[in-house]
Amino acid sequence: MTLGPKDEAAGEGAAGYTVGPMLAGPECCTPEPVIGVRGLAVSYAGVPALKHVDLDIYKGCVTALIGPSGCGKSTFLSSLNRLTDLVAGCRVAGRIEVDGVDIHGPDVDVQALRRKVGMIFQKPNPFPLSIHRNLDMPLREHGVRSRDERESRIRAALSDVGLWEEVADRLDEPALSLSGGQQQRLCIARALVLQPSILLMDEPCSALDPLSAETVEKMIVGLRGRYTVVVVTHNLAQARRIANFAAFFWVRDRAGALIEFDTCQRLFEAPAHDLTAAYVTGRSG
Amino acid sequence: MTSLRISSLFPRTPDGYIAFGLGAAACLASGILLLILIFVFGEAWPALRTIGVVRFLSDGAWYPTDGAFGLVPMLAASFALAAGALTIAAPVGVAVAIFRLHYAPGWMKAPYRGLVLLLAGTPSVVLGLWGLMVLVPLIARIEPPGASLIAGILVLALMIVPTVAIASEAALESVPRSCWSAANALGLGREAALLNVVLPAAREGIAGGILLAGARALGETMVVLMITGNIVQMPDGLFTPVRALTSNIALEMAYATGDHRASLFVSGLALTLLVFLLSFAAGTGRRRRHA
Repeated sequence: MTLGPKDEAAGEGAAGYTVGPMLAGPECCTPEPVIGVRGLAVSYAGVPALKHVDLDIYKGCVTALIGPSGCGKSTFLSSLNRLTDLVAGCRVAGRIEVDGVDIHGPDVDVQALRRKVGMIFQKPNPFPLSIHRNLDMPLREHGVRSRDERESRIRAALSDVGLWEEVADRLDEPALSLSGGQQQRLCIARALVLQPSILLMDEPCSALDPLSAETVEKMIVGLRGRYTVVVVTHNLAQARRIANFAAFFWVRDRAGALIEFDTCQRLFEAPAHDLTAAYVTGRSG
Repeated sequence: MTSLRISSLFPRTPDGYIAFGLGAAACLASGILLLILIFVFGEAWPALRTIGVVRFLSDGAWYPTDGAFGLVPMLAASFALAAGALTIAAPVGVAVAIFRLHYAPGWMKAPYRGLVLLLAGTPSVVLGLWGLMVLVPLIARIEPPGASLIAGILVLALMIVPTVAIASEAALESVPRSCWSAANALGLGREAALLNVVLPAAREGIAGGILLAGARALGETMVVLMITGNIVQMPDGLFTPVRALTSNIALEMAYATGDHRASLFVSGLALTLLVFLLSFAAGTGRRRRHA
């Protein structure tokens, strides 16, 4: 099975920053589904936002969700960690399995789910606390008692996002004093520190300047293999650079729908669907 | 080059006229405040000159017509009243804000806010009436005479809870929504997010509100005049009748003359400076937060 078009990019990306011990693991992704979505439909206050989505997300791969604005990509993403629960009037139907467990099941611990399925938002959202506390507090809240363990995980996470060198001597400064790109990497570190297996990213680079965006993008490539990454992006070139798989969403009957899912290369170079072809070549959307 | 001429600050455009109007109103308001300060200082000056600051602090008692000008018992009473009221009102006010924003069911939020605003708008003399007719007799049953430090503390606390609550709400609401999403996405529960993220982020705004409420308690006259007993003595217990600086001015101004009158202005000046200091501290807290 062909994976993404640029598997060698992982090597390139890794050269730019330190990979911490936490990231040690297999480089490549395995075509083994870790998230299974069947018949997913999401509506807000009765208005459907997403209909009939069936999709498998493969372990250790980067899956890009592409499509025009308002086609339900972000809704799809936030239904995977049940962040949709927090939206008043939002109803989710269908089945989502993470590691074979139905996340809407009666005994599912949502907090444990969100610990396993980390999320990065479009706009960097570090807590208005010190850099150190941004990482330390979630660990403590998730019951990591040992100070030594917390410190080593914080260091590893910061190294993984290439931030350790930059902030090691000012961990007690406010996180909001960092640059936008650094803040976004801190947010990724904050997700990594909880040792999730899946990372959801909602346009993680689009609020950043081009240089920071490149750094974050390389970092995402570096995560490939060790984490399952689902990333929403409007930047098709970026999707081609970083993703193994791509899913194309489009608005159909006034609700978002999944049109096509394939390896990134095939979706861009030999799309099966006319809508996909029109979108990836820039003729629509 | 930036010109320093006034005309360039207010160009002749619609915006310029509005800016000029607003600037003039602001100058007028602060100008009047300055004039009041100057007036109070001017009236206090004879006492400051002939009696001296030291004696206001060192004289043991307050018999202004017999040459004893000790303000310390009343200063202490004012502080005890304000501090006691804050001790109760600060946690309650913050709790009120947190409850309304994060725990109250949807239908309750608006009426609850109305209630807080109503309490904020209740004239202090009305609170004083209630204190006098209801609270003081209750306290008198525990330990007479009833009109006491604790009566003042309780009613003042009731009076300043809305100040703390409204300021805390504003501070809590200004914590960006994205912080909540981030906390939720990290699997933090509501309490963890509140304690670890939202409250620390709103800390300085809340502290500002508490200082402001303290200033209000310190400056309140009517309530303390009505229910604290007005006996000039050191507040050595919760059930001791005391007289605050503010009530002292209100009680004696009508008949005071000479040094007596001037020394009332000295206590007014001292109060004003204290309240300014508190408000200033509250303001710096907020500015730092927004820096």
